[in-house]
Amino acid sequence: MLQPKFTPPTPAELAKRRSAIPDRLTQRCPVCGKTFFRFQAGRFMICPNCGYALRITARKRAKLLFDRFAETHKDITVPDRYTDPAYREKIAQAKKKTKLKESVLTGWATISDQHFAAGIMDPFFIMGSLGSATGEKITRLFEEATAAKAPVVLFTTSGGARMQEGIMSLMQMAKVSAAVAAHSAAGLLYITVLCDPTTGGVTASFAMQGDIILAEPHALVGFAGRRVIEQTIHESLPNDFQRAETVLQHGFIDAIVPRDQQKDVLARLLRWHQPQEAAV
Amino acid sequence: MTTNQQHEAYAAVQAARSTAKIQIQTLIDDLIADFFPLHGDRAGGDDPAVIGGIGQLADLPITVVGIQKGRTTQENIERHFGSALPEGYRKSLRLMKEAAKFHRPVLALINTPGAFPDKHSEDFGQGEAIARCLLEGMQLPTPILSVIVGEAGSGGALALACGDDIWMFEHSTYSILSPEGYASIMWKDATRAPEAAVKLGLTPKELLAEHIVDRVITEVTNAAQAKDLATALHARFTALMALPTAELLARRQARYRKF
Repeated sequence: MLQPKFTPPTPAELAKRRSAIPDRLTQRCPVCGKTFFRFQAGRFMICPNCGYALRITARKRAKLLFDRFAETHKDITVPDRYTDPAYREKIAQAKKKTKLKESVLTGWATISDQHFAAGIMDPFFIMGSLGSATGEKITRLFEEATAAKAPVVLFTTSGGARMQEGIMSLMQMAKVSAAVAAHSAAGLLYITVLCDPTTGGVTASFAMQGDIILAEPHALVGFAGRRVIEQTIHESLPNDFQRAETVLQHGFIDAIVPRDQQKDVLARLLRWHQPQEAAV
Repeated sequence: MTTNQQHEAYAAVQAARSTAKIQIQTLIDDLIADFFPLHGDRAGGDDPAVIGGIGQLADLPITVVGIQKGRTTQENIERHFGSALPEGYRKSLRLMKEAAKFHRPVLALINTPGAFPDKHSEDFGQGEAIARCLLEGMQLPTPILSVIVGEAGSGGALALACGDDIWMFEHSTYSILSPEGYASIMWKDATRAPEAAVKLGLTPKELLAEHIVDRVITEVTNAAQAKDLATALHARFTALMALPTAELLARRQARYRKF
C-alpha cells in the first residue's frame, strides 16, 4: 500500500493555523475589485490600485484632516418620539460603531491657521442618513458660522433621507437649506466635499448648495438610486454612472481632490475667501 | 396597527392618485384668468411635466408653477407620469425669480409622485436642480404659497413646497416617498404598501397636526368649487404681500426652523 505523501492537518490544527492569521489583513476595493493589503491603503485609506477614497468614520476623517478640532453639540441625538424597536436597535448599534450620537460630527476646525465650522457625515451611522437630529446639528453649524462670520466646510456621505423618521426627515432638507441660504446671504463661504456615497435628499439639498463643490475620487454622487432607475425605467446603466468623475464631466462638481491633498486644497481655498474690504 | 387603519391610510393614497382628480391645467384655468404659459429653463430644455406662466388671480397678477400628470397614457409618457426633470425644476425656479423681480406672488400646484428617476435626469443634475430650488426659494423675496392637489412625494415635491404656506386638498398625500417605495426599502416587499401608508403618516389630518401643512382645503372638482379656493388664495396672498420682505423671509425661515 502506498504511503501518503503528507499527512493532512486535522480540523483542529487547521483552525489553529487560521486563527494565527491576523483578521482583516487584506481588503477588497469596492470600486475596482482588486484586493490589497490594508497597510497599502496608508493612513488616508486610499485604494493603492484605483485611488478610491475608502469609507472612513467621521472621527477618523477629523483626525486625518484637521490640525485642531473642537466638537460641538455632541449630545444631540435621535428624538425619543421615534420608538420603533427595530429603529432604536439600529441607533444603538450605530452609536457603538461610530462613537457618535447622530450621523454627523460637527465642530470648529483649524487647517493651517484657517478657522472654520466643520461638519463630517458618517457612513457607518445608518448610512449617514438624514435624521431630524442630523438636520438640527447641521442647521446649528450654519447658524453659528453665520453669527461668527465664519466659513463652513461640510463632508457629505449619506444614503439620503432617514426613512424611519418619515416626513420629518424631508423637512430637514428645507430646514438646513434655510440655514445655508442665510449663511450665503451674509456673504460667507460654504465648501462641500462629496464623499462616497452622497445620494438622495442630501444631494438634493445641502450637498449641492456649496459655493465650491469638491468630491473624493470615484465617490458615488446622485439623487435616485441605481436600482430604482433600473426598475422603474428599465434602463441599463453604465459602470461609471453617478461616479464623481462622471458628475464632474456633466458640470456639477468643481474638482475631484484625493484625500491626501484635501488639507492643502482646503487651506488655499479658505485663504482666498478671507473677507475683503470692498472699495467704496 | 389594525387592518382598518391600513385600509383607511391606503384608501387616502388611492384617492390622491385617482384619475378623477382635477388636472393641474384645469385647476389653473379655473383659478386664474388669462393664464399665459411660459416655457423653458433658459439652459437648453423645457419639461412638459411642469406648467408655468403668469395670469390674474382676481385683480392680482400672479406666477403659477405646477407639476401635472397626464390624462391618457400618451400624455403620461410625455409628462413622465407627473415626475419633473431637472429642466422642470430649473424652469420653476426661473419663473419664481422673475416673479420676485416684479413683486408678484407665486402659486405652486403639486401633483407628483416624485422627481423623475432616469439616466438623463441624473446626468443633468436632478439633485442640484432640487437643491437650488430649496436654497433660492428660502430667500425669494415674494410670497410663495404651495397647494398639494394630489400626490406629493419626496424631494421632487418639496422643491415646490418650501414657501410661506402649504395647503393640502382633503384627498391628497405628502410623504418622504411612496408607500410602495417605503415598503420595498424597509421590508423588501412592495405589497406591504398599506402598512407603509400608516407608518408614513401621509394624510392631511396627520400632517396638519405636525404643522407640516398650514391648511386643509375642501376638494376642488369643478369650476364653481375653484371659486372658493380662488377667494381663499387671494385673501392669503393679500395678507402675505402686506408683510415687509424682511418679515416675510424671517417668517419663512422660522416656519422650517421648528422641524
